[in-house]
Amino acid sequence: MPRTASPHLVSGAGFTVLVAVLTGGLGVAVAFAIGVGTVDVPVGEVVTVVWAHLFGGTDALDPLTDQIVWQFRAPRVLLAALAGGGLSLAGVCLQTLVRNPLADPYLFGVTAGASLGAVIALTAGAGVVAGLGVAGAAFAGALASLAAVFVLAQRGGRLVGTSLVLAGVAVAALGNAATSYLQLRANPAELRGVMFWLLGSVAGAGWPDLAAPAVATAVVVVWLFTRARPMNALSVGDDTAAGLGVNVHRLRILLLVASSLLTAAVVSAVGGIGFVGLIVPHAVRLVVGPDHRRVFPVSLVAGAVFLVLVDLVTRTVDRPNEMPVGIFTAALGAPFFLVLLRRRKRALR
Amino acid sequence: MRVVVDGVSVAIDDNPILNGVTLAVRSGGVTGLVGPNGSGKSTLLRCLYRALRPATGTVLIGPDEVWRSSARQVGRRVAVVTQDHDLDNDYSVRETVAMGRTPHQGLLDRESQADRDIARAALERVGMGWAGHRVFATLSGGERQRVLLARALTQQAPVLLLDEPTNHLDIGAQLELLELVRGLGLTTIAALHDLDHATAYCDQLVLLHRGRVIATGPPADVLSPDRVAAVFGVRGAIAPHPITGRPHFVTAPPA
Repeated sequence: MPRTASPHLVSGAGFTVLVAVLTGGLGVAVAFAIGVGTVDVPVGEVVTVVWAHLFGGTDALDPLTDQIVWQFRAPRVLLAALAGGGLSLAGVCLQTLVRNPLADPYLFGVTAGASLGAVIALTAGAGVVAGLGVAGAAFAGALASLAAVFVLAQRGGRLVGTSLVLAGVAVAALGNAATSYLQLRANPAELRGVMFWLLGSVAGAGWPDLAAPAVATAVVVVWLFTRARPMNALSVGDDTAAGLGVNVHRLRILLLVASSLLTAAVVSAVGGIGFVGLIVPHAVRLVVGPDHRRVFPVSLVAGAVFLVLVDLVTRTVDRPNEMPVGIFTAALGAPFFLVLLRRRKRALR
Repeated sequence: MRVVVDGVSVAIDDNPILNGVTLAVRSGGVTGLVGPNGSGKSTLLRCLYRALRPATGTVLIGPDEVWRSSARQVGRRVAVVTQDHDLDNDYSVRETVAMGRTPHQGLLDRESQADRDIARAALERVGMGWAGHRVFATLSGGERQRVLLARALTQQAPVLLLDEPTNHLDIGAQLELLELVRGLGLTTIAALHDLDHATAYCDQLVLLHRGRVIATGPPADVLSPDRVAAVFGVRGAIAPHPITGRPHFVTAPPA
């Protein structure tokens, strides 16, 4: 048996190739997604416009094409990429920190808190919450729910995986109940906006919307890449991790805070896009194995590609209408995921 | 490396689990922790590898107190085979063993050739060199325990802790594992259920009962018939083994 033999679908040099292909694929997907819309712009022109904005020479551009590409489409496509990558990473963190395959940003109440904040802002019309804006209110709601989960789950300053899941589920249920109540009381005009927000959408995104998710993702990515090895240890057991010299309690608290802030930043900008944080990490593990040093980079890029493509589908499937992203993340993600899962079972046999 | 436990008490939800446990383990040799279920064996081990902070008392591994050292420092001195290993993931055997280098690597260090060599040698040493490419969770129980032992060896720590390492193994795998541990020459502390194994493979026993140390010393002294009757509620005796002639612990139901 060669030394490099591995039970994972992709390993060794194949891993480098996979990351390169995915990164290249992300570039192509972004350029293509920017080009497609009510007015189609050829990929070559998209590249020209983006190039001009990055390296100078915008004067020579056609103003209309420039506006479509740079003002309308580029921010939304990049926001989709950021949201996909960010939610996938948050999912990896949460699944590892509670060692529960069902964990995702949805399960921990953070999304529910953000939704409640956003829905209050959307239905209140005026007042303090409306003053925060939808994104601000969503972020505040996410932080409040994180604080609630933390207080409920901790025992003497320590977090235990099971209590964390239960506290997260309880806070999420509470948040969803309040959100449902507000939905029932909303008038029909507000209701459509509420539904759209709850199912997630990157429609109408502008450059300022990118700031918070971009900063949050960048900071968390850098930090996470230094924690891959302790997270491997944590993913096989608390006692095992302690025996391998990992400060389990501190790591768990930091992971919870990091993944929650990341989720809050993303969800405030795009709404409640579900399923990405659950499915992308699992799909990635099925391909490269569970080692976080591989799972992180691949999840980041694969999540970005996935959401860029899903966003593309949401605005082309029923032109000129747009659909919420959340519908398609599940509709497209679930079958793909099940195929991968069946392959894994066969490989293990 | 010496291990000294001094006055360690632990309570979980106001239930006292350990009550002023004091013991000293010399460098080298195998020490067995024995006692009935719930006597505090696993809890005591968890205090040694920094998974549980005692309410009172100190634990010295070598010269340093465990809770005054960083988790990483303790990870370089103490390696442990625990019972909590999650099987719901697809780590390969090689990846599982390589985790043993965790306390030696910096945050951004890549796995070096030296790390890989250490892991491979450990895997060979436990006789599992052929299994590097296998998924850990698909191995048999005995094979898994040997791989976890290899991971502990990969930590290159002078102290080895084993929490009921022979649980769920067939008798052949049990003896194989204990022979292997015995031959390593590390300062070893093992929680063991089987008093015959404890007699055959340990230099020293620590008998725990209701969170207290009842006796320490050579197996034949610790497992006196009176004490075994009082602690375990069975009759026990040490007799020469019919095959090997070495001391052998036999039990019978109470009279």
